[in-house]
Amino acid sequence: MKFINYLKSIQDVRVYPMVSLIIFTAIFLVVLMYAFKASKNYIDQAKQIPLNDEK
Amino acid sequence: MQLERFSYDNKIVKWFATATIVWGVVGFLAGLLIALQLAFPALNFDWAPTTFGRMRPVHTNAVIFAFVGNGIFMGVYYSLQRLCKARLYSDLLGKIHFWGWQLIIVFGALSLWMGYTTGKEYAELEWPLDIAITLIWVVFGVNMFGTILKRREGHLYVAIWFYIATWVTVAMLHIVNSMELPIEFMKSYSWYAGVQDALVQWWYGHNAVAFFLTTPYLGLMYYFLPKAANRPVYSYRLSIIHFWALIFIYIWAGPHHLLYTALPDWAQSLGVVFSVMLIAPSWGGMINGLLTLRGAWDRVREDAVLKFMVVAITAYGMATFEGPMLSLKNVNAISHFSDWTIAHVHVGALGWNGFLTFAVLYWLIPRMWRTELYSKSLANAHFWLGTLGIVFYAVPMYWAGFTQALNWKAFTPEGQLQYSFLDTVNMIAPMYMLRSLGGLLYLTGAILMVVNIWKTVKKGEFQAEEEAEAPALVKIEAHKGEHWHRFIERKPLQMLFWSLVMVAIGGAIELIPTFLVKENIPTISAVKPYSPLELHGRDIYISEGCYTCHSQMVRPFRDEVVRYGEYSKAGEFVYDHPFQWGSKRTGPDLARVGGKYPNSWHFNHMYAPTSTSPKSIMPRYTWLLTTGIDIMRTPKMIKAMQTLGVPYESGYHNRANGDLDIQAGAIAADLMKEKEIKQIMEFEGVKELRYTKMVALIAYLQRIGTDIKTVSADAKPVH
Repeated sequence: MKFINYLKSIQDVRVYPMVSLIIFTAIFLVVLMYAFKASKNYIDQAKQIPLNDEK
Repeated sequence: MQLERFSYDNKIVKWFATATIVWGVVGFLAGLLIALQLAFPALNFDWAPTTFGRMRPVHTNAVIFAFVGNGIFMGVYYSLQRLCKARLYSDLLGKIHFWGWQLIIVFGALSLWMGYTTGKEYAELEWPLDIAITLIWVVFGVNMFGTILKRREGHLYVAIWFYIATWVTVAMLHIVNSMELPIEFMKSYSWYAGVQDALVQWWYGHNAVAFFLTTPYLGLMYYFLPKAANRPVYSYRLSIIHFWALIFIYIWAGPHHLLYTALPDWAQSLGVVFSVMLIAPSWGGMINGLLTLRGAWDRVREDAVLKFMVVAITAYGMATFEGPMLSLKNVNAISHFSDWTIAHVHVGALGWNGFLTFAVLYWLIPRMWRTELYSKSLANAHFWLGTLGIVFYAVPMYWAGFTQALNWKAFTPEGQLQYSFLDTVNMIAPMYMLRSLGGLLYLTGAILMVVNIWKTVKKGEFQAEEEAEAPALVKIEAHKGEHWHRFIERKPLQMLFWSLVMVAIGGAIELIPTFLVKENIPTISAVKPYSPLELHGRDIYISEGCYTCHSQMVRPFRDEVVRYGEYSKAGEFVYDHPFQWGSKRTGPDLARVGGKYPNSWHFNHMYAPTSTSPKSIMPRYTWLLTTGIDIMRTPKMIKAMQTLGVPYESGYHNRANGDLDIQAGAIAADLMKEKEIKQIMEFEGVKELRYTKMVALIAYLQRIGTDIKTVSADAKPVH
């Protein structure tokens, strides 16, 4: 719990947020592509799920 | 494919719905009281439990965890069963969840009234309750996942992804932010200190907004809006995209609560950038919601449920635009610590959370009681009262925010501050009164709802078990060319895992460097640990909720430096377990208050604030004089701080009370020189000042900010 500073400094710590932003953007673009490639049939099915009971 | 017969459990929904309504009224009442206290300080009643500092967390905990919390469970238990086409996994777990949560609420409120608090916003409940929250949250998770795993509907509808993400992220946030070292039954100190504590706190705080107030309610929106409108959501593709974007981006936004503070610049910038990006996925949700009603707007006119939903979703859109705007540093320079923040919170809370909860209640209850709503006009009246209430809340608070912020920064042509802090408080008194009216309108609407629901229930017949049938789940084999999202949707545990990965990234990147990289928190050699007496005083400061009105963070702006003194540096807070930077200046900042006023001023100010500051709205703290500190606790406090890394000498806990005695004696002797203080002591029946809470608190106040204070003539109070 003393949070001993294991490193005096991390070299170029700014690289880490940049890398994660790049990873996120990549995943985001992949998600975007696949979302648009989804078949209309599948989408229509999924949309209706809450309305699929009698009430 | 044989049809399986089963039934949905409505009892658990009924219980949570009841709790939602009851705690809603309680929470709104608490809110009304504290709003009125700012306009009419006599309403603090000179009694510790009802002072603003203790009532404010009662209000926030009641509306967030009791009202919205029970609302979440009500909506989740109703919708999840039907979306999964499966009965709730375990009735027993449901009971434990329900009663456990309500007991936490009751004990939580009692503990807050009694002054037991961690001093961290929206995480005030002390460690035994934190443990209880964790256990009950696990119970909820087991019940939720158990139901999902028993499902007969293969695809996980979007609402369920939001519920899963909510569950896992709240678990992560709660556990990390609640890391505290207990020293007694209801007292602990945060593991973290100063800047690190601030960062963890607001990573938690903002994501409490994201994953307790937003994602579960988006889930509810995705179920209840299609049900109420009887049409599917506008764009399922959009829901896929905005879900992942939202849960990833939201986590990083926490530092926007700490702009222009002593938080390292890189963390502030990350908070700003991600907050601005957040507009997109948030508005994805709003657009999906509103456009679901395209072509059906005429129905909104007829149906109170849809009215509430439309305003809720619109308020969500407004708040999620305003939030990113408030995260821009130049805007934040004006808004931080002001009532603008309060306005922003309440547009979201009253509009999005409140109204969506009301919509769900008005939709659910008649259905579960197999009847029609008792009165459409009462529901419509509620809608209009509530909407007016939101307007009368928000507009005065915007006005107040601008008034105070601009007047804090006003200089005369000669270069002096134009207004004292107290001047700015008095300027906004009318706005505080108007805001109370807004709250009253909102509460009145809610009471109409109570009547309407009560009458509906009376004329209906409750259906505890709702029969249903559906084919058993066919095990779907993975096949080539399958849409990848179907793969994840089929496997709820995958969903859980990947959601956790997405939300953990932001936290890890923002939090870890401040722990590992020394440069982020430059040490200042002049900064020393608090003395034992000052530690007691700090505990009192936290217990009375002083941080709810007073900040301790001077920002690097000319007007703040002139008014308060040297701006705050990260290294000054390294021994502050927990940090107490505050979020709001209802009263002035205290970061440099040490040494500005004589001890007697502090005594008189806390005993009767208007005696030193005419027209002050601060409550009286008379009991600080008639209650004492517990010196048996001192060694425990010192040892805990040592464990947390504060460099007291080894064995100091054995000598600490000796030092405390000397310091307290000196302050007491100084105070006793004043005749009026001796008179007050006689009046209150106090023989000995030395071990009173008053003396301890004065010791702490006189210490704040003095470690790096340069001795200069500017140390005059500019008040």
